[in-house]
Amino acid sequence: MSTVLIRGGHLIDPAAGVDGLRDVVLKDGKVAEVTEHGKTSLAKAKASSDLQIIDAKGLTVAPGLVDIHVHLREPGQGHKETIATGTAAAAAGGFTSVAAMPNTTPTNDTPEVTRWMQAPERNASVRVFPIGAATRAIKGEVLNDYAALKAAGVVAVTDDGHPILKDGIMREVLINATRHGLSVIQHAEDTRLTGGCSMNAGPTAFRMGLRGMPPEAEYGLVERDIRLVTELSMNGKGDKNGHRPHLHVAHTSTAQAVAAVRQARRNGLRVTCEVAPHHFLLTEEHVGAYNTNAKMNPPLRSAADRDAMIQGILDGVVDAIATDHAPHAAFEKEVEFERAPNGITGLESALGLSLRWLHDEWKLPLGRVLSLLSAQPAALLALKGRGTLTVGSFADVMIFDPKHEWIFHAKDSRSKSKNTPFDGWTMRGKVHWTISEGRVVYKSGL
Amino acid sequence: MSLKAASLSRVQTIPAMPPSTLPGSPGSLLSIGDLKLEGISEILARANELEREDPLKRSQRLAKRRIALLFYESSTRTRTSFELAAKGLGADTTLVSSLSSSIEKGETLKDTGLTLRALGAEAIILRHPSSGAPWLLERETGLPVLNAGDGMHEHPSQALLDLRTILAHLRPSVEAVAADTLAGVTVAITGDILHSRVARSNMLLLPSLGARVILCGPKELLPEVATQAGPGIEIERDFTRALQQSHVVMMLRIQAERLAGLQLDLEEYKGRYQLTESRLASSAPQALVMHPGPIIRGLELTGEVADGPQSLILEQVHHGVAIRMALVLRALNARLRKDVSA
Repeated sequence: MSTVLIRGGHLIDPAAGVDGLRDVVLKDGKVAEVTEHGKTSLAKAKASSDLQIIDAKGLTVAPGLVDIHVHLREPGQGHKETIATGTAAAAAGGFTSVAAMPNTTPTNDTPEVTRWMQAPERNASVRVFPIGAATRAIKGEVLNDYAALKAAGVVAVTDDGHPILKDGIMREVLINATRHGLSVIQHAEDTRLTGGCSMNAGPTAFRMGLRGMPPEAEYGLVERDIRLVTELSMNGKGDKNGHRPHLHVAHTSTAQAVAAVRQARRNGLRVTCEVAPHHFLLTEEHVGAYNTNAKMNPPLRSAADRDAMIQGILDGVVDAIATDHAPHAAFEKEVEFERAPNGITGLESALGLSLRWLHDEWKLPLGRVLSLLSAQPAALLALKGRGTLTVGSFADVMIFDPKHEWIFHAKDSRSKSKNTPFDGWTMRGKVHWTISEGRVVYKSGL
Repeated sequence: MSLKAASLSRVQTIPAMPPSTLPGSPGSLLSIGDLKLEGISEILARANELEREDPLKRSQRLAKRRIALLFYESSTRTRTSFELAAKGLGADTTLVSSLSSSIEKGETLKDTGLTLRALGAEAIILRHPSSGAPWLLERETGLPVLNAGDGMHEHPSQALLDLRTILAHLRPSVEAVAADTLAGVTVAITGDILHSRVARSNMLLLPSLGARVILCGPKELLPEVATQAGPGIEIERDFTRALQQSHVVMMLRIQAERLAGLQLDLEEYKGRYQLTESRLASSAPQALVMHPGPIIRGLELTGEVADGPQSLILEQVHHGVAIRMALVLRALNARLRKDVSA
């Protein structure tokens, strides 16, 4: 593996507290040196077959981004996305680590599926961290073998898309996951309240003649889960090994859910949450003329909910920005709104939207935006050596121009599917290079 | 770190979603809200003109032009009156219904629409159980689409024929409608508002002409958010109080097919909301009684009321043909104009 010298760039590594001109040397897939400009051991070296020199002058160098919520659709749904195409899209979006949800065909219930997803034959551009199914076939009935799944490489368990409704099962999931040092990710939706629903409940749904998902379907389950975590945390003592359960609330979309997480944290619980760009930018009004690319679950909510997502990001309750990248083939979305599958793609627009809105508009410092997209999600799922560029970390790097404005065109996406509501939107921040474990996996055409 | 209110006020600068990548077809009627007062006046005037016209002359207007009726739900009034309207203008019509077509074999709305277009259809009249389906059909075919009822969403041609019926009785001399044409008129829409596309179209249309709309029904069938659908909409849960204020009483059927598990006590419902002769006589002896049909005698209204002197139910059906002639003509003429200018 060749050595890479990234020279003259402005390094922002929030986890390490670095924000300044630095040169970075990557060797054998790891970060070998981080120095003042011109001070690396390779300062006088020339580019060769063994040494690639990237001139990052005028650009910002940052840890490769980490998305803890993507649907890569393999195994079994390759017409929507493959691990190869999904991770190519990730690389184009600056991501070097993605955590893949288990609602594939078959579901990721076993070490065999987990290993298959990570096999070299998948041709992944970036590192894929499989998330295991919490229960068999994500039916919420029988727990999977967490020890075996963890040994095969899963980083968390969830029944994403199929919330675990039964209190007793959720309790068992939390206990067992904690015992094996795994986080539990919950798609919080009380499906007893959302049957036949295709958007947020409220005046807009009424006017459009669509059945609406009430916000309490989300926050009610978040509150239930927090009650379980409270009980299992044993006043902070944790289980007999001292392990405390970690509940991570996926794609938070309601003000009350964020409030519940805020309160849980004040109570000292290990409860975290993520927000997707569409939930901090769009509202139910963006469903427009029954645009199926504005249909996802949880749905776009009210303006007050959207504002609460921004508020939660700015004041730090929100731990991560995650895309919920959910590709669907065009033919699947070209149907009646109520029949269309939920989900939109997000890997190639997350950085551009976050910088354009969170940084430019709402003045969140660049380092904070990058942290929400790298260091924090990496820490949340304990992805060691990811989300930072300290010496010895993985050589996962994004080199980008944070000032560059550009227009996102869905048709140019590397993802196999183009189902995004952000087609034609202005993005801020252009990725020039993405490096995964020392390999250049994306280079912009600029 | 706390968020200042001022910074959040900028949220409104987030771009709105473009409604569609394609401009809608000018001949389409998808939502009653797409029509301005001028457009409504044109349709009403055209309906009068076509109704009066010599049938032989009228049948030359769209002679041998092709119109498809695509019906995914059963229908008597709407289907027949659209068909008679199109045929009255001389057009060839073809009916495709979800039973006895390739829809049963799994063909999508998009492909069915494209097939009809390939067969020469110049406009499609669509009834569909999914709200918003007409937008999909218009987007995918580029043809003018007339919404003949989409799920719980809208039924714009019904609202127009209801308006024509109301005007004929309350404003017989009005030729063009204005924002105050129905000022002073109160319309009570009663029953299963939640599942009613007729209610949604009427509650948008009638206030735009100055009418006051009172919605009446139990909470399960009439959520509070209904008042936010547009201006000029109120809720009065007490049927008697609603009747006492109303010049027009529009009764709605309970849509058993859309209740989705909702359990209703029908006896209690009838006790509170059934329109009976005695209720009518004591609370609204002058009111016009309307119903989009199909009526269920003995449920939302009694047979005596349906057949009684205040009932305009069959008159509504009659007005439907003239309104739909105007809409079909508008659909195909707009297309003609577009082709000529292209």
